[in-house]
Amino acid sequence: MSDLKEIEEAQHHVVSPKIYAIIAIALLVLTATTAGVSYLELGEFNAVVALAIAVFKAMLVVLFFMHVKYSTKLTKFTVVAAIFMLMGLISMTMADYMSRAWGRW
Amino acid sequence: MSDSSAIAQGAVAEAGTPHGEHPPYQRHHFESMDQQADATNFAMWLFLVTEVMFFGGMFTAYLIYRNWYYPAFVSASHQLSIVWGTTNTAVLITSSFTMAMGVWCAETRRKSGLVLSLVLTLLLGLVFLGIKSIEYHEKWEKHHVPGLHYSMEAFLNPASDPAVFKEYHDKPMALDMARHTELYFFLYFAMTGMHALHMIVGMAILIYIIFRARAGAYTSGHVTFVENFGLYWHFVDIIWIFLYPLLYLISRHQ
Repeated sequence: MSDLKEIEEAQHHVVSPKIYAIIAIALLVLTATTAGVSYLELGEFNAVVALAIAVFKAMLVVLFFMHVKYSTKLTKFTVVAAIFMLMGLISMTMADYMSRAWGRW
Repeated sequence: MSDSSAIAQGAVAEAGTPHGEHPPYQRHHFESMDQQADATNFAMWLFLVTEVMFFGGMFTAYLIYRNWYYPAFVSASHQLSIVWGTTNTAVLITSSFTMAMGVWCAETRRKSGLVLSLVLTLLLGLVFLGIKSIEYHEKWEKHHVPGLHYSMEAFLNPASDPAVFKEYHDKPMALDMARHTELYFFLYFAMTGMHALHMIVGMAILIYIIFRARAGAYTSGHVTFVENFGLYWHFVDIIWIFLYPLLYLISRHQ
């Protein structure tokens, strides 16, 4: 049984509770920050800051809660491919809509 | 006995003791546990990629319509409560943390810790849906549910909604713009509703996992199911991380 246990543990990177706690606290602090910033008058930058914080929070969740930082190259590539695909589809859609109503956006 | 099971039994007999060389939960078509874990993890991520595409369509629709009917989207979003939105974000992040702790407990074979983490995750999911239903109920009472006696009164005459007017001082909107507020609420219900549906599905699976975990299913080395469910739960969290600023925060000052 002991060598089976070794087999299991060799293929598995266990992320420690300390890292989970740090990430959770960081996410809660960032949530409070983004809520607080929304009370400031920043013009167009309200949306920019809010989305930048959201992207950073999502990155923390993906890298640590979802273990991508410790995953295989295949998993990392899949995540990057998803982001690339989403960005590509959004920009192509926006390019279409914007060029059809040129100057009216 | 069917032919295929006879063949399968024959194969087992040929190989002698079938589970001697590897853990009993390793499927025989995999070379090693490593390979099985990688394949399962990859499959789960591919599923999540399709989910990204699914929600991506709705996010794109929101982006385009917000640009087209900007004043309507701004005023309509003033109807949302930033306090409920922020509270729910904190609740969901905490549930992601308890889920991550559950995965750790399974990996380190702590059965009672695993059950506790999963139960906390389930309870926090219930709190999230409870807060969401308070918000939905308010929209229902104000006739802000699209298609069901939808009322533009709060946008044609903002002073008629004193609680919101006090905070934002929105100007009255022309009818042809005010009617597009219904589109905001359509997207609001579509996006938060699909998110909530994902949580309900997740919580149903979570209840099943809790029962299996109490029987010791995930604390004897085979953690794949809990781990992949964790990926799903964190993904649902990420969707909310983007819904929260887009729906609640970015239109407060316009």
